[in-house]
Parts: sequence; C-alpha cells; structure tokens
Amino acid sequence: MILALLEISKSALTEASWEVLTAARDLAQKTNDSVTALLMGKGAQALAPTMKGVSTVLVADDHRLEGYIPDAFAQIASSAIAQKSPKIVIAPGTETGNDLMARVATRLNLGLATNCTEFVVENGALKRVTRSNWGGSLLEEVEILSSPILLTLQPHAIPAQMSNGSPPTVEAINVALSEKDFRVRMKELIPSEKKGISLTDAKIVIGGGRGMGSAEAFKMLEELASLLHNAAVGATRVATNNGWRPHSDQIGQTGAQIAPDLYIACGISGAIQHMVGCKNSKKILAINKDPDAPIFQRADYGVIGDLHQIVPALIAELKKLKGA
Amino acid sequence: MKVLVCVKRVPDTGGGFKLTSDSMRVDTTNVGFTVSPHEECAVEEAIRIVEKHGGSSTVLTLGPQAAGEQLREAIAKGITSAILLEAEDYEFWDPAATAQAIAETVKPLGFDILLFGNESADTCNYQVGVRVAYLLDLPCVTGIKALEIQDNKAIAKRETKDGWEVYEVPLPAVFTVKEGINTPRHPSLRGIMSAKKVPIEQRKVTKPAPQLVRKALKKPQEGRQLEILGQGVDAVPKIIEKLREVGAI
Repeated sequence: MILALLEISKSALTEASWEVLTAARDLAQKTNDSVTALLMGKGAQALAPTMKGVSTVLVADDHRLEGYIPDAFAQIASSAIAQKSPKIVIAPGTETGNDLMARVATRLNLGLATNCTEFVVENGALKRVTRSNWGGSLLEEVEILSSPILLTLQPHAIPAQMSNGSPPTVEAINVALSEKDFRVRMKELIPSEKKGISLTDAKIVIGGGRGMGSAEAFKMLEELASLLHNAAVGATRVATNNGWRPHSDQIGQTGAQIAPDLYIACGISGAIQHMVGCKNSKKILAINKDPDAPIFQRADYGVIGDLHQIVPALIAELKKLKGA
Repeated sequence: MKVLVCVKRVPDTGGGFKLTSDSMRVDTTNVGFTVSPHEECAVEEAIRIVEKHGGSSTVLTLGPQAAGEQLREAIAKGITSAILLEAEDYEFWDPAATAQAIAETVKPLGFDILLFGNESADTCNYQVGVRVAYLLDLPCVTGIKALEIQDNKAIAKRETKDGWEVYEVPLPAVFTVKEGINTPRHPSLRGIMSAKKVPIEQRKVTKPAPQLVRKALKKPQEGRQLEILGQGVDAVPKIIEKLREVGAI
C-alpha cells in the first residue's frame, strides 16, 4: 500500500496534495499496489468522499486539530504507518509537508528523501528517486535503504491529474494524543498587510541586482513597473543584503520563487541562488553590461548595455506611447 | 542564555556548477566556501540573543578540518566558541546521521536555544534541526522569521501567504531559521584577528549506517535559447515589442 499524507487549507485539498495523489496513483500502478490517503485536521471528514482513485481514506478529524499542529499530526501519521504498514509514504514537499515528514521520520527512525522530482521503478519496486538539490539547479539520485520509504514530492514537479475512479472507503482513525503533542501550536495569525501586486502574483517582474548600485536606483524600476500592466519589482540577495530593498523583495533560493510571463533582470549576473527563484518564468529578458555574465546562458532575450541608460530610455519611450 | 547555532560548509557557487568526473560531488577546485544563507542569519540571531540577554553562544559544524574557516568567521562576528565534529566525508552523511552526531554532542551541554538553518543550500534536506529536536525531546518550530525571548519561553513567528503565524514555546527549544529574520553583520577586522586565537574544540565522530545513499548528481535540462535584442539604448524598440507580446503595455 502507498500512503499519501495530504494537506487541507481553507477547507480544500491544496494543489500540492493533488500532485501527491497523482504521483501516488502512478507509483501504485507501476508497483501493482493501492493508494490510501490520510487526511488530518478539521474538515477532513467532509473532504474524504471527494477523493476518487484512492481505495481508502483514513480520517483524523478532531475539534482540537484546527490548523497545522506539528507534533499531533506527526503522532497521527506515525500511528497510521505503524497500523497500516505501507511500502511507501509520500507527502507534499511544502514547508508543512517537509516539517511533518521530518518529524515522522525521526519518530520511526527512518530515512526521508525530500523534494523528489522523479521515481525509478524496476521489477515492480521503487529503486531510486531523484531529488532537488540547490533549490532545483542540481538533481541528486538517491537510493533509500530504510523501509517503509518516506518521500516528499517537489511542488510542480508532477502536474495534478484528476481521477475518474470510484469513490473511496472512508475509515476513521483514532490516535490518542497527549498534552505534549500540542506543545508546539500556533497561538495567533497576524494577517499580512502587504499592498500592491505580490511578486508571486505579478505577470511581469522587474528584478534588480548588484548592477543597480544603490537603493535610489530602484526608483526607476518602480517607475517602469508603474507603466506596465500587473508588474512588480524584486531584487537579488546582494541587493537585499546591501539594504537596497527589504528581504521580502528577494527572488531566489532563500526568497520568493516567481513564475511570471516575463522576468526582466536588470544588472543581475545570474548567480545560482537567484536563478533558482526565477527559473519558472515563461520568458527571461536580461539587461547586463557584461556580455559574459552567466545570466545570458539562462535567458530568452539579452540586451547588452548599461541599465542606467537603457531603463530611463525605456521609461521615456513608454511615456511617449502612453501620451500618444 | 546558552545558544547553539549549527552551520554547514557549502561551496560558494556563484554563476554555475561543475561536477566531478564521477558525478558524485560538485567540483570545488577554485571555488570558495561559505555557509548557507539561512545559517548566516541563524549565526546573527545567536549573537543578538546573547547581546540582549547575556550568556554565551557556540557554533557547531559537522565537516572537514577546512570548515574551521566557517567557524572562525562566525567567531569573528561575535560567537563565543566553536565545535568541529570531524568528518572529511561530510557530504555523504545523510540527515539522520548528521542529526545523531549533533544530538549526542550537544545533549550534555545544556543549551537553552538551538538554532539551525531551515534547509542547507546544497542538499536541501529540511530535516536536521527537526531530527535533533526529537532526539533531545525538545519542542521545535521550523522556518521562523522572527524570534523573541521572554524569560523561559520564546515567541517565534513564521511568515506565510496569509500573514504571520505566532508560536509560543517553552525553553529549551529548537528553531530552524529562514533568511530575512535579520540582516547579518560583516565581521570587523578586530574580530577577524581575535578569532584566529580562539581554539576550536575538535571531536571525532563515527558515521552511523546510512539510510539514504547518493548515487549521482546531474544537471537538469535547461531549455532557453538566447536571442540578443541589441546593444544599449538601441535595444529599446525590441524591448517594447517583447513587452507588447506578453500584454504588458
């Protein structure tokens, strides 16, 4: 049996959870096995019957389980694994999914391969996985020696597909939870006060790097963004570490992962740390005065020259067009 | 307050990777080393906690002799002492093995706060901090971007799409830190000089049986074909054309 641990957010399964179900069904087909899903938390009971293509849904729905409670969820998942003896356990490679699986892995003294992108099945058994290293700019092939095999799936690695299979059997799972399982839990949620279009929602993102040279220079990127539809301004780690922009504007392995229609990279050399954050952009346009900058190897469009001349000229031209 | 911060020596990759001929490692010939960005912030946070609440801070790494360079850099910034768990083959330690060695080392040392990076830049395993917390039976909050210490408890905040999640846990506790929690300082020249004299405590560790084994590293497919739009301001009309194509104008 393959056990899929799923996430609920705002009374619905998350996109990453549907991707996990798709991967689990695929693995089940290749290993001639069945898929059981585990749904934990408030609202799990109501969602369970909607999960087609899954043979059984285990449900732990308890009024105390509102939101993600790390140790309580890990206790329930560990008990489910002990009771059902799955061959493979797979969860989303999201912040919550990786946190949960790390706790489960330690409780059961098992290895855990996080953020997997590919699975190698030979003679009906999962032999190796490919997982993301360096935020996805390298891939690592790994053999997992411990059993059951614990995995998390890199979000967006496998597109979610809905199944037309029959509805599942729903089974309640009762796990005794102690006081200690609730010692880490969210006390309150302070709603975000962010204004404007977020980096992850913008269709056009303009990024500035070392070549910007100052906080002041970012004003022209703001002006450029204001002349375009649905545009936002981001920055590299160098720019945020220099205090030119707040960390929340950082695009990169340790910042935002963006996927706009067009990313305009200004004065950005193309460090791995940064490119990992913008590699899902549909098109990348790089403006850099160094023709040998690594970014030109990873861009669709290149402009060789000084951004401090090109961006103002572009702004002037756009204003002319608007005036016309 | 006794604060521990764990770091990992990783290659400073810059613009690209070369793999060794056996594809088992990143080729680090002519490459500098650093610690992961999240860990730089964890080091800074440890220094700030001790500046504010008193006590001492210790930086720990599992790695080769050469990782003394990363430990000394942390000391130069203001960390009190350093422990090196000697493992020349540290790149092939899986997260469970690393966590076990760290937990065994720090258990008798009685730290109040244990800081880790949320994930290392290279292997991105997302689990050493959590594993150490479980082995020491301590509460753990991952991915934090704010930390405040009040007497015997800590208020930690995680940033999500919906806002700031606030957690309150009793100390001792483990936290995995994300970049953005603070802006790390640069070491002062005086700090760099005096860090050279601080002894690094070296300990031998034995690698437990692995659960994960690396078979190879490989580069993902990159599918972009570069079109040069032009040089300098002459490229502006072409840029406008591309902006039109994506509906930006």
